[in-house]
Amino acid sequence: MTLPFPILIILVPLITAFFIPIIGWWRRDLCYPLVIVALSVSTLSSVFILHLVEEGGTIHYYLGSWDPPWGIEYVIDHLNAFMAIIVSAISLIVALSSKRSVERELPQKVVYFYCLFLLQVTGLLGIVVTGDMFNLYVFLEIASLAGYALIAIGEDGAPFASFNYMIYGTIGACFYLLSVGYLYVVTGSLNMADLSRILPDLYHSKVVLMAFAFFIVGVGLKMALFPLHVWLPDAYTYAPSAVSALVAPLMTKVGAYVLIRIVFTVFTPSFSISLIPATTILSWVAVIAILFGCILALGQTDLKRMLAYVLIAEVGYIALGVGLANKAGLTGAILHILNDALMMTCLFLVVGAILYKVGLRNIHQFTYLHRKMPITMAAFTVAALSVIGIPPTCGFFSKWYLVLGAIDANQWLFAVVLLVSSLLNAILFFRVIENIYFEPANAHGEGAHEEISVDEAPLSMLIPILVVTAGILSLGVLSGKIISSVIQFAVPAGL
Amino acid sequence: MELIISKYNYWVYIILMMIGFYAMIGKRNLVKKLVGMNIFQTAIILYFVSTGAKRGASIPIVEGGHGEAIHAIHAAHYVNPLPHVLMLTAIVVMVSTFGVALALIIMLYRRYNTLEEDEILELRK
Amino acid sequence: MIAHLEDVIIQTVCRILIPFIQVYGLYVIAHGHHSPGGGFQGGVILGASFILLCVAYDINEAKRRLNEKLNTMFCSLGLIIYSGIGFVCLVLGGNYLNYSRLGHILPVDSVSARSLGILGIEIGVGITVMAVMISIFLDLVSRGKHEEGLE
Repeated sequence: MTLPFPILIILVPLITAFFIPIIGWWRRDLCYPLVIVALSVSTLSSVFILHLVEEGGTIHYYLGSWDPPWGIEYVIDHLNAFMAIIVSAISLIVALSSKRSVERELPQKVVYFYCLFLLQVTGLLGIVVTGDMFNLYVFLEIASLAGYALIAIGEDGAPFASFNYMIYGTIGACFYLLSVGYLYVVTGSLNMADLSRILPDLYHSKVVLMAFAFFIVGVGLKMALFPLHVWLPDAYTYAPSAVSALVAPLMTKVGAYVLIRIVFTVFTPSFSISLIPATTILSWVAVIAILFGCILALGQTDLKRMLAYVLIAEVGYIALGVGLANKAGLTGAILHILNDALMMTCLFLVVGAILYKVGLRNIHQFTYLHRKMPITMAAFTVAALSVIGIPPTCGFFSKWYLVLGAIDANQWLFAVVLLVSSLLNAILFFRVIENIYFEPANAHGEGAHEEISVDEAPLSMLIPILVVTAGILSLGVLSGKIISSVIQFAVPAGL
Repeated sequence: MELIISKYNYWVYIILMMIGFYAMIGKRNLVKKLVGMNIFQTAIILYFVSTGAKRGASIPIVEGGHGEAIHAIHAAHYVNPLPHVLMLTAIVVMVSTFGVALALIIMLYRRYNTLEEDEILELRK
Repeated sequence: MIAHLEDVIIQTVCRILIPFIQVYGLYVIAHGHHSPGGGFQGGVILGASFILLCVAYDINEAKRRLNEKLNTMFCSLGLIIYSGIGFVCLVLGGNYLNYSRLGHILPVDSVSARSLGILGIEIGVGITVMAVMISIFLDLVSRGKHEEGLE
């Protein structure tokens, strides 16, 4: 198919990122509309591509018209199209709401901020669209380098957190490169579809085993799976609010997508499940990640840091779904990628709005906030209910499928852990909601007479928050349709 | 003995990689960590390039332009060019990471006036 | 951070050598097809020639010849050349970066058009790498103070 949409998804943000320094030097306030236009084109192309994939099957796009396996190929099947819509839509929403907070927090660096923002989005979109292993490494490094630079612009502890993230992230990317090298030495090909054809003859060689081990560790570092998550709380806490809202929902989910691709498409399920107990180990690590994230989040008083630990637990859910390796579990994992991206976007955008309006981050200082910013707090409550997993929000449906998958695999302990973690999430978020909505006991009667006027977040921040909240509610109800039309075909065959 | 002599490129790259890895994790000075990162990435690049070498092979450039009659090309006479090309990209990535890391180190020095990791953690509290 | 050394020998030798270094850098870019070389390598050599000027003279002397705004524009310009060539190939009907389509607008056949397309891309890469190397060096040497010239 020679329609240029697979390349338009990546090309438009990329070229716009190069035009922004030139246009920003000439007129600074043109950068924001340009970013919005580029990301809108990207989102529309990805919606159109999902439509094409639903009708016609997988799309192949050959870069430079060189056939695979000699050339680089962009393959878009249901899973890729699904991820492309998530990445482009969420980056559009975050870009819409970033204008005010960027002007307040980083006044001299607006032009370079938007340039790096678009480069990060280009990198993430490239990861989900490509079908070539080395091309994935290049886009992974583009996204990571833009991420290191974006995080370092933040407040006081940000450069050190970014340096730490850089050391860990470089180790992860280099392990990925090493495993691509091992696979190339053994098979002579870099194309994902070609590798999945050639590798089954070589499953008993140690080189392939080492390549798989390096992959899992490298991708685990990028997606902050349990023992390799150490960089995440610091990096996402000290980053500027617009950056946290962009990187937090997307970078780890794209890492989870790479994990699904490698474990199930490049190395077929017969290798990952039966030959070596990779998925079993992954599921146990994921369970520890879920408990660890929830328990450590209980001890945090900074809202952003608490959300970073909740993010580690969410990554644990997705890895659990991958590790269960049956149809229900993987459906739950892929649905949870969508749901978690929406929930985390909403939560981090709300934190950004609170920071912009009130300047508070400690949850014990949030009293009477519901009178000052009622709509934003309602959105926070909806997102919190979704993290806990209460119907009809979307979080309930993905957890339902994960529990079903755990029961299908006869792992009752995992189902119990999932329910216990919902309970822990409930404690976590009700702590914050109580502080927002109810008065403290000792101030009864005094503060109630204060007139606190409604001083909502500005419209450019409020509308994206409301759009995401509406998405959380409506996509929960529409989960069945999403599963039957997209995710059912995205689950790899042979499970 | 046979194992060490015949696969000496693997031994060299593993030793270099472990030296770099230890420096990234075990040293406390940030510049030493950075040097370790550089050694780590260079070892991987060295490994890749060494996998493309063949005995008695020359550089992968065909003499004469297109349009002339080109005799058959035997792959065993030319070094595999694909790892070289991939490693060009990896070297560029290495240089960019190094540039970003150096800029971060300068920001950290201006703020904390030290480059030791434990002192920075103390000052950040 | 770079002390101002008033050394006549260094300054004179650098003043003579720098044009030759730049010509060599352009040579390396253009010969990427036929011998070891290419865009990134040539770009680094071009950037190194400029850094030599900074080292031999004062940093302000070098900034007089290439100020930061022009440098940032060079960064974008090289990449726009790269993506632009690919985009032109897309507009002319082929896939992205399918240089044989350039044979429709240039008076060469499609195999030569692939060769010329790669040369065009390497030139773009060389310009960007030169600008980035200069920018990294100036940032690190002046501890970021030269950023204050940009808004």
